[in-house]
Amino acid sequence: MTSTPLAAPRTTPRSISGKRPLSRAGSILLLVLGGLLTLAPFYFMFVFATHPRQEIFSLPPPVWFGHDLTNNYESLLSRMPFWRNLWNSLYLAVLTTATTLFFCTLGGYAFAMYEFKGKGWLFGLLLATLLIPSTLNIVPYALIMQALGWIDTPRALWIPSMANAFGIFLMRQYIGSAIPRELVEAARIDGATEFTTFRKVIVPLTGPAMATLGLVTFVQSWNGFLGPLIIFRSAETYTAPLALRTLQGIANTDWGALMCGVALTVVPLLIIFAFASRRLIDGLTSGALKG
Amino acid sequence: MTAPPAKLTPQPPIPKIGGWDNFQRKYAPYIFISPFFLLFFAFGLFPIIFNGYLSVHEWQPGSGLGDMKFVGLRNFTDNLTDPTFWLSLKNTTILAVESGLPQHLIAIPLAFAINMGLKKAQSLITAIYFLPYITSVVAISVIFFTLFSWQYGVLNAALNSLHHIPILGVLFPADKINWLGERAFVQPSIAMVIVWRYVGWNMLLYLSGLQAIPGDLYEAASVDGATRAQQFRFITLPLLRPTMFLAVTLSLIGGFQLFEEPYILTNGGGGVGQAGLTTIMYMFRTYNAYSDAGLAAAMAWLLFIVIGLLTLVNNRLFGRSGMSDSKAAK
Repeated sequence: MTSTPLAAPRTTPRSISGKRPLSRAGSILLLVLGGLLTLAPFYFMFVFATHPRQEIFSLPPPVWFGHDLTNNYESLLSRMPFWRNLWNSLYLAVLTTATTLFFCTLGGYAFAMYEFKGKGWLFGLLLATLLIPSTLNIVPYALIMQALGWIDTPRALWIPSMANAFGIFLMRQYIGSAIPRELVEAARIDGATEFTTFRKVIVPLTGPAMATLGLVTFVQSWNGFLGPLIIFRSAETYTAPLALRTLQGIANTDWGALMCGVALTVVPLLIIFAFASRRLIDGLTSGALKG
Repeated sequence: MTAPPAKLTPQPPIPKIGGWDNFQRKYAPYIFISPFFLLFFAFGLFPIIFNGYLSVHEWQPGSGLGDMKFVGLRNFTDNLTDPTFWLSLKNTTILAVESGLPQHLIAIPLAFAINMGLKKAQSLITAIYFLPYITSVVAISVIFFTLFSWQYGVLNAALNSLHHIPILGVLFPADKINWLGERAFVQPSIAMVIVWRYVGWNMLLYLSGLQAIPGDLYEAASVDGATRAQQFRFITLPLLRPTMFLAVTLSLIGGFQLFEEPYILTNGGGGVGQAGLTTIMYMFRTYNAYSDAGLAAAMAWLLFIVIGLLTLVNNRLFGRSGMSDSKAAK
């Protein structure tokens, strides 16, 4: 555990290639080509969102924007309560993020700043839970939620995930490396209770790590599909991805409307990514790289 | 920090021993970590145990808990004699390989290309390549569904125009490919989407691995007269091995749990000839459509055993460079 998971790798070895113009040009060509292939589907998503169905499926396919964005949008809203679905996604993502930040910061603080009996093996157990392939638990999870009567309620998704191993691990790394113990000691000597210390000393200082964990949690919740597929059963409770999936599933799909909905779901993410891509990428990869 | 207020009493402010104060100080850490462990027992450990219990019972989720019937290992034998189960496992394996291998074969050269001295643009490039990874799988699958269209799809139109390039054109198909409508192409189509989605992720892992290799190693090697190829062979490859192991392990575990991409791309049905039916999809269908929780639970165990065995084999193949080595990646 050396650097914080939030810092970009700083070791910059000299390039192996030296400065041979040919290999450099080759690398640039390779990266540009790959980049175009990576971005192309996003481009077509926006293009298709502005064409009616019969134009999307015509020869040659449209490669530039059309004039039917408003028609597609109206068609989308006539087929499903899409703003309601987007709201469901947002509600779930915000609630998941807020509760995750609170419980993971609390847990990370305990593992970073305290010495207590059993700390070692408890933390080992916490890390071991990361190795369980979660998909294998689909059936019992669905049954438990049915038994609890939590089907069709968002809490079926945010409660189980609010104190997760990855988040606690991330916060422990940051608190352990970025916050001096003396601050905690000082607060104690001033007679603060442990929770007050957490609230007044730790929380204000963990901003960067919270931003990272918050972004990762939000994005994962916003994109979630399998969990909502198990839990939500009606057009009113669907999250946006589920609603889009059902629209695709019916015969005679209005592809223009569907693309418009897809674009509406992706745009918020693009905005978040434009402002915080570095932080988001660091957060997502830190788990793998420090694991 | 402002100066502490002047105390009226001369004693040093030692916290009072006893009562609430002492209690909360002693047990605070346990209370702080308890939410995780409580939730883990309720929603992590208990479902696993419950899954084990389910797998030896016959039970329709629609009926009450009292209707559970102990059937021993029959759910397991039923699965192992079910041709569709084997088909799903075969599909999953093919998809894991078809989507796993290209990811790394594309990601490694890309990481090298960035490392060649494009450091200035590194964050922009990684951001572009990472975009698919943070986009919702439903959005991705819907977009690709249109791109894969047989008669009117962008992909076939692009391949067709590439086919008309002189000389190079022979590399590209002359006829339109029915991507999601023909059995032979269902799996490659799904694999393509997964490759597109995860290349950026793997590229970033490899880039971190490359950049963790100290530059002076190369300098020392070139002073000793090592050629570039030798440097690659004796420095880069061995030091990149832990990163490769990590990336391959993650692909393996992820690949065998494929669900979302094939589910949406085949409209939930598994596609032509069930070529896109993965084991998790089949498990979901067994529970959801066939209402056989016991059979689905047994399937989860069987898949778990397969993943466990493959992880072991992978560990052996890559030597004993375990997860702990991956710390070197930063």
